[in-house]
Amino acid sequence: MTTRIYIPADTTACALGADSVAVEIAVQSQIRGLDIEVIRNGSRGAFWLEPLIEIEQDGGRIVFGPISRGDATGILEVFSEEGYDGLIQHELCLGSVSDIEWLSRQDRLTFARAGWTDPRQLDDYKLHGGYEGLTRALEMLPADIVETVKSSGLRGRGGAAFPTGIKWQTVLDTDAEQKYVTCNADEGDSGTFADRLLMEADPFQLIEGMTICALAVGATMGYIYLRSEYPRALDTLNHAIASAQGARLLGDDICGSGHSFHIEVRVGAGAYICGEETSMLDSLEGKRGMVRFKPPLPAIEGLFGKPTVVNNVLTLAAVTTVLAQGPEFYQEYGSGRSRGTLTAQLAGNIRRGGLVEVPFGASLRELFEGYGGGTASGRPVRAIQVGGPLGAYVPESQWDTRLDYEAFGEIGAMLGHGGIVVFDDSVDMLEQARFAMEFCAVESCGKCTPCRIGSVRGVELIDRIRESKNSAKQLNQLEDLCETMDSGSLCAMGGLTPMPVRSAVKHFPMDFEYNDQRGVKR
Amino acid sequence: MDDYRQKESRVSSNNQRPEEVVASAVLRYADTAGGLLPLLHDIQGVLGHIPKENVADIARGMGLSRAEVHGVISFYHDFHTEPRGLTTIQVCRAEACQAMGSRELEQHVKESLGVEYGGTTSDGRFTLDPVYCLGNCACSPSIRIGNEVHARVDASRFEELLAEHKTI
Ligand SMILES: Cc1cc2nc3c(=O)[nH]c(=O)nc-3n(C[C@H](O)[C@H](O)[C@H](O)COP(=O)(O)O)c2cc1C
Ligand code: SF4
Ligand code: FES
Repeated sequence: MTTRIYIPADTTACALGADSVAVEIAVQSQIRGLDIEVIRNGSRGAFWLEPLIEIEQDGGRIVFGPISRGDATGILEVFSEEGYDGLIQHELCLGSVSDIEWLSRQDRLTFARAGWTDPRQLDDYKLHGGYEGLTRALEMLPADIVETVKSSGLRGRGGAAFPTGIKWQTVLDTDAEQKYVTCNADEGDSGTFADRLLMEADPFQLIEGMTICALAVGATMGYIYLRSEYPRALDTLNHAIASAQGARLLGDDICGSGHSFHIEVRVGAGAYICGEETSMLDSLEGKRGMVRFKPPLPAIEGLFGKPTVVNNVLTLAAVTTVLAQGPEFYQEYGSGRSRGTLTAQLAGNIRRGGLVEVPFGASLRELFEGYGGGTASGRPVRAIQVGGPLGAYVPESQWDTRLDYEAFGEIGAMLGHGGIVVFDDSVDMLEQARFAMEFCAVESCGKCTPCRIGSVRGVELIDRIRESKNSAKQLNQLEDLCETMDSGSLCAMGGLTPMPVRSAVKHFPMDFEYNDQRGVKR
Repeated sequence: MDDYRQKESRVSSNNQRPEEVVASAVLRYADTAGGLLPLLHDIQGVLGHIPKENVADIARGMGLSRAEVHGVISFYHDFHTEPRGLTTIQVCRAEACQAMGSRELEQHVKESLGVEYGGTTSDGRFTLDPVYCLGNCACSPSIRIGNEVHARVDASRFEELLAEHKTI
């Protein structure tokens, strides 16, 4: 009987050596004459265990990780001599998938399939509940689909947390011959990889979500705007689009319904600002990614001037769960006005980094301590940046804050796309504040002066604070500058760059005092 | 001198003259809505950069002004009008990697290659670029060589990777 061995083709797994493990297993099974099929699945997002391999027997899977190429040789040796029973005794065997508490404790809705399926097999997707949402949607009126999404309480996962159903309603209500669904897969925030993981592990879910959206608003064309830093995701997406088209789940006359919807992937070109929705639309139109004035809203005048939905990858993916399981099911998860699950990403100096999907409402501490296990360096945690490069540095006094949009807003921070970047006590917060300004200077679209010039001035000011023995005056100037950027910027790039800067100054003032030991690790 | 040699090798390796590459890309994308970015990606994919001399052809083919095409090329960090090394090395400069020592790694990489960001090694092999996140932030620091991302890279791992790459 053929034994299946699963080895992720995921970017991070491969960055840690999964490809060479896969090759080794293929070679060894040939040499030993074993009947083994290697399947390149998606990662489960337990990146601290990658490269992680799974060996299937009687429908169950046992897990090994992290394993090197040499370990793979050893595992196959045991398998060929002692069979499956021998494997369970192997020192790198972590038991079955459900034995990994880090995974089994999570509430996986969007990432339920990640790791279980082969992202290149449409049938595998369907076997694991895929396309149930679309099947429902095909039987519904557009307005009812929109109503379902509204009542689920789903809010955009790209950062702004705008209610998804309301956005869709606007596009539905706007008359036009042509409408578009665009997926924002620019995922530029440092510390985030959930979009990438979804596109590499479960690409059909995104395609299904976009198709449901197209039915809801009456769009016939969709674009996925994918950042150029994600070549593997590009590959899985294009493959999935072709498969879905081949099965008539995408393209002309979807499932014989008379509805048509096409999807094209467009690759960005290394500009963070193109994650801002109107800049993304300009980029899709083949222009410089300049931020547009609003109004008009993209929902009314978006891509090529037509009504356009812009949603994040995870938002569109979540819609499949909402349709398949019903809005009540989705509503049951969450806290306050943040419904459903938060796909948090543990990153930076963290022992057990990866994707943690839990209902909104868990505390920050539960995540980075409970799941993350503290720092990778073993040193104490000092600061945590939540929500990407425009998010605040959160100090210890705030680590018990509930992870929901409103609770984070109240402490002057934001959840954003769910990136949680941990720093140990060797971090120099003045350098982090300087970097926030530098990043804004590099990535500003250039439309407004406070952002374009202010950020350059911010870098200079912070350099002077570093050199000066009495920096009270410069710190005041820095605060004034933050105020100007905050109030005088068209979009959140310039408007929110002050957030990490101010939080660093406020919570870590000692790092902005003169220190001739600067650069020397504490 | 160096630049000239790289261009030579590019042209001889795929036997395509820039004018032909541009012409076939224009043929492919002239009718594509918003086709300028995919077109530029295509051209750069073959030639390694977008030669300034061909901007006029691109503009004409796509029904745009030269200023518009220049504007787009210069806006995006990915597009280059000067010849590049055979392989691009990107070092992640963003926060999650900083938390794991990317500032030191960045210094090491620059010294090891003998170039600053944007620079090409004297043998024409590598061009060094900064990047802001590779989506590998749970296993930082990250670098990308060509299309491959590498995780938990420190100075010695970088030297290993470089050595491996040179043997291919
Ligand atoms: C500077 C900047 C960068 C952004 N980057 C992204 C991004 O990479 N991905 C994303 O989905 N949204 C990003 N956004 C938010 C988008 O503008 C927009 O709110 C979002 O794509 C809407 O989708 P959602 O409602 O599903 O969240 C960014 C916003 C700003 C101001
Ligand atoms: S704030 Fe900055 S990025 Fe945003 S529109 Fe203004 S200049 Fe462009
Ligand atoms: S911050 Fe370096 S890979 Fe994300």
